[in-house]
Amino acid sequence: MFIRTVYKLQKLRWNLSYTMLILILLIASIIVISPIAYALATSLRIPSESFTLPPRWIPIPPDFSNYEAVFSTVPLGHYVVNSMFITLSIVVAQVATSALAGYAFARLNFPAKNLLFWLILATMMIPQQATIIPVFVEISKIGLADTRSALILPAVATAFGTFLMRQYFMRIPNEFEEAALIDGASHWRIFWSIYLPMVRPGLTVLAILSFNGYWNEFLRPLVFLKSIDKFTLPLGLVNLQGYMGTGSISVVLAGVIISLLPVLIIYILGQRYLVEGIMLGGLKA
Amino acid sequence: MEKTEFLHKSNTRAFQESIADLFRDNVRGSAMRRALMGYLFIAPTVVSLLVFTILPIIASFGLSFFEWNVIEKARFVGLDNYIKLTHDTRVLRSFLTTAQIVILSVLLQIVVALLLALGVQSIKQRVLRYFFRTIFFIPILTSAASISIVLAYMFDQDFGVINYYLTHIGLPRIPWLNSPHWAMVAVIITYVWQQLGFMFIILTGGISSIPPEVLEAADVDGAHGWKKLVHIQIPMLSPTLLFAAVVGVIGALQIFEIPFVLTNGGPGDATRTVVMIIYESAFQNLQIGYGSAIAFILFVVILSLTAIQFILSRYWVFYQ
Repeated sequence: MFIRTVYKLQKLRWNLSYTMLILILLIASIIVISPIAYALATSLRIPSESFTLPPRWIPIPPDFSNYEAVFSTVPLGHYVVNSMFITLSIVVAQVATSALAGYAFARLNFPAKNLLFWLILATMMIPQQATIIPVFVEISKIGLADTRSALILPAVATAFGTFLMRQYFMRIPNEFEEAALIDGASHWRIFWSIYLPMVRPGLTVLAILSFNGYWNEFLRPLVFLKSIDKFTLPLGLVNLQGYMGTGSISVVLAGVIISLLPVLIIYILGQRYLVEGIMLGGLKA
Repeated sequence: MEKTEFLHKSNTRAFQESIADLFRDNVRGSAMRRALMGYLFIAPTVVSLLVFTILPIIASFGLSFFEWNVIEKARFVGLDNYIKLTHDTRVLRSFLTTAQIVILSVLLQIVVALLLALGVQSIKQRVLRYFFRTIFFIPILTSAASISIVLAYMFDQDFGVINYYLTHIGLPRIPWLNSPHWAMVAVIITYVWQQLGFMFIILTGGISSIPPEVLEAADVDGAHGWKKLVHIQIPMLSPTLLFAAVVGVIGALQIFEIPFVLTNGGPGDATRTVVMIIYESAFQNLQIGYGSAIAFILFVVILSLTAIQFILSRYWVFYQ
């Protein structure tokens, strides 16, 4: 009888601390999510209610006029298109160049292969901030200053992507290539129709990381772009906040929520890949 | 190409013919074609990295010995830029400010992320675990620039939500963005908030790779709670912690967006970081050489840290 009571007491104590743990984690979640919740709630209230305290965290009925304003009164629609165009171009280019180079380093033999591979790896230690001045000079010299290409061209290749794709190509056993060679397939065919489909998870990891990084990029657009109609979404939003002041905070916040949507959708669809990519050490902060 | 298909094909006439073809094929020619193929495949990556990363880092070093305002011709000034920056209190201050942000934010990130990761890992319900993971992960998806806009509104001294809730629990209004001290705190909070998910994922990976037998053995030996954490889990996590710390430091050294949008380096120069100084000197004051010198110093610091990580990870860390 006594032992049973002790057991029950212990179980109660354990249950209590477990409940406490969940409670603490819940509070932490609320704190972590609050800036996004605040942006969402404010963007769904009429502008004159932007600064009412306490804020109405659940705006019922929601007011969508800010989202209309984003596309009608301010050029945010432009920014969305620019960001999409620039980001998708970079993603497609990086996936292509990394797949090609990764395949070559993993499966083809050529003189100076290791030297070239280490050279590429070494560039991963060079931060973008250290090269942005000369890159800007280069971009201006070839007449690309203040164009969308100024952002795309310097970003078509990535050392991290090359490294990542090499790892994926190396995991595939040799027999596939031998079999194909015996069948008389060309090297290009072997790459394109045998190996490339097998590294699709790697391509997805790279595409997601690259999309996330360049969609949110700020420093390069700030330096390379001058005309407002070429601005990307983060740059446009910061600019908007600057000259609109506190007058239209709900419109700016609607823009912030819009800028979050693509990455959120990609996260929901491909979170397995995103987490895998981070574990491999490659998220651009 | 499936293996069974290959085996099936090995009996066909076409297979025998292709074997014959292979033997007829000049082996040297095939190797050369293969090499050529290799160079073609790596060409876009090699050329692009050469032009937009390797050349620029060399140019950055070169430019640091010149005085150049883009309009006039560049003038060689030797070590002048480097000498000048050792007397430039704004530059020196930016290095101190950045160091302060790096140390405080990385420590905070790791401690908070570790506690959260340990907490989430000990949750039994899968759905709940998944829920917490998702929430803690979301901030890294946001752009530092646009989330700083949101936090600038929230930190507002008079209309901000944060001060509203602080006064509600009896605390005074905090001049978040108006006092040098609190502006720094605001920048660090924002940065930690944004990077937390990254550390959380890395540490969760580390925690789940600790073999469960080790933890069970600790339980049997009567090590619980803090004892287990300090004597078993943290030492076993040391490779992960070192990795997280170095990646965190390298990332924090490059902090730009948050102070740029949230405080614009102010009040005064209180939150002006190294990258902000690089940006201002090169692109606003058109001191290309001077900016390059500061950028090159930042590069050397980051390079040394990477090297230290490489060495430390070989000798220092506890492996089982």
